[in-house]
Amino acid sequence: MKRFAILAGVWVLLLLAPYWLPLVGGYMTLGTRVLILGLAAMALNYLLGYTGVLSFGHAAYVGLGAYGAGLTIKYLGFGTLQGIAAGVVLGTVAAVVIGPLIMRLRGIYFAMCTIAFGQVFYFIAFRWHSVTGGDDGLGGWKRLPLHFFGYSLELVQDEVAFYYVALAFFAVAVCAMGLLLNSPLGRMQLSIRENEQRARFLGLPIERHVLLAWVISCLFASLAGALYALLNNFADPRILRWDFSGELVIMAVLGGMRSFWGPLLGAAVYVVLQDYLSSITENWMSFIGLFFVLVVMFFPRGVLGVLKRARS
Amino acid sequence: MSLLRISNLGKNFGSLVAVNDVSFNVEPGELHAIIGPNGAGKTTVFNLISGLMAPTAGKIQFEDMDIHDLPPHRRVQAGIARTFQITEIFPELTVTENLRIGVEIAAGYRLRPWLSRGEKANIREQVQKLIERVGLSTKAGRLVGELSHGDQRAVEIGLALSLQPRLLLLDEPTAGMGDQETEDVTLLMQHLHRTEKLTIVLIEHDMPLVFRLAQRITVLAQGEVLAEGTPAEIAANESVQAAYLGKVE
Repeated sequence: MKRFAILAGVWVLLLLAPYWLPLVGGYMTLGTRVLILGLAAMALNYLLGYTGVLSFGHAAYVGLGAYGAGLTIKYLGFGTLQGIAAGVVLGTVAAVVIGPLIMRLRGIYFAMCTIAFGQVFYFIAFRWHSVTGGDDGLGGWKRLPLHFFGYSLELVQDEVAFYYVALAFFAVAVCAMGLLLNSPLGRMQLSIRENEQRARFLGLPIERHVLLAWVISCLFASLAGALYALLNNFADPRILRWDFSGELVIMAVLGGMRSFWGPLLGAAVYVVLQDYLSSITENWMSFIGLFFVLVVMFFPRGVLGVLKRARS
Repeated sequence: MSLLRISNLGKNFGSLVAVNDVSFNVEPGELHAIIGPNGAGKTTVFNLISGLMAPTAGKIQFEDMDIHDLPPHRRVQAGIARTFQITEIFPELTVTENLRIGVEIAAGYRLRPWLSRGEKANIREQVQKLIERVGLSTKAGRLVGELSHGDQRAVEIGLALSLQPRLLLLDEPTAGMGDQETEDVTLLMQHLHRTEKLTIVLIEHDMPLVFRLAQRITVLAQGEVLAEGTPAEIAANESVQAAYLGKVE
């Protein structure tokens, strides 16, 4: 019952965001950014919090999703939905190719290798100026109107309409992750997080299960990336870089990596703090850093972890 | 036909010989104890049987199948389950959640993203039975990380049993336990062996317990088999007394 109330609360807040956001001093694209980065952080947390595997290279898959969408819309004349699909396919294929190479690694070695592979994609985007726009990013394209059943939905001017499109994808992705985590497949991941040795001697082929979790996580990360490019009508090479991977980890840990919704809350805190602080000072990152250190030191279970404990 | 046949098994760590030319068989339905002083290679033998380590010499056959080259999960699928000297469980999950993972693996559901209502009910029922079998009914909803050492051991044995193994390897199941807990685990082993006819290989330091439960005993010393026989034969064996048991009055 309590769980149902929380779920209902989260979805009502998300559905009504365009109405309450201006009342608290927010604006629509800020809300959409929270939503999309929240999805990326939740996708990362599918691996970090529920399989116990730390990836420090998820920016690569977010970025591939963004460039996959941007490049196909710009050069191949894809529509908005096809562009999203292309981004997801690109990111997921990359995960399927890279995953098997690093599945036997654990802990810091795994994290280092995810950074290394991530940086490969960053440098491709950075150097291949003629196609990707290099350091300037991939601009010169726009999200196109959606057409379905004879209706046409204008997205370019209408930020609220795009928020709801993003929310629809967010809902599908989050429901899929939630259902997976409540299935035998998800519980196998949990067992690996809890005790890899025990899971192995219950007969689990650990590497294959970690690989599966990795691919699922990267798939949703690249979906977030495609949506992020559409939000900005622009693909930024910096979201391929390893420090963006770090930002995603910070969001997940800030919000609470042992809770399903924690990373969304972490993304909200991070994005809003960034938005607010960066309008006051150029050194906003040091304040976010300080805040992060305090949370990790005093609330290792994140913001949501604290709320949970206070309630019980 | 033996359930498990170990032939000339050897394991070196560099120049250190941990296990050398060890052979013994385990018959179906038998409770076979492995005893020996610390460092005799008992746990290494378990690690070789379960696949945690690869042997440097010898063969391991389980029901006619050579298993010494198989990865651990394949040996589990073949029917071998084990516990560890230091309890290996899923600490941040409840007793029910722990055992459900094992039951779902045994049911072949490990890759299933959903279960039908009937399948769920079936799993729940099996988990329930298992919880009763290991005597944790009153603690089903507790996090296992918060349970007593003895109860954690029961959870680990429950996890091994959830796989419906045909061979159960128990590595010092009573280590570090009080008298009551030791008695509980002993009764559980006795029940599994006598009533459920499960084949068990047991590593144990508690000699009265070993002589009470075991049908056959293999004595290891410095990585080699010193003696093998019934409890009575082992108790009467002079080299065992000299090397391990000390003088018996």
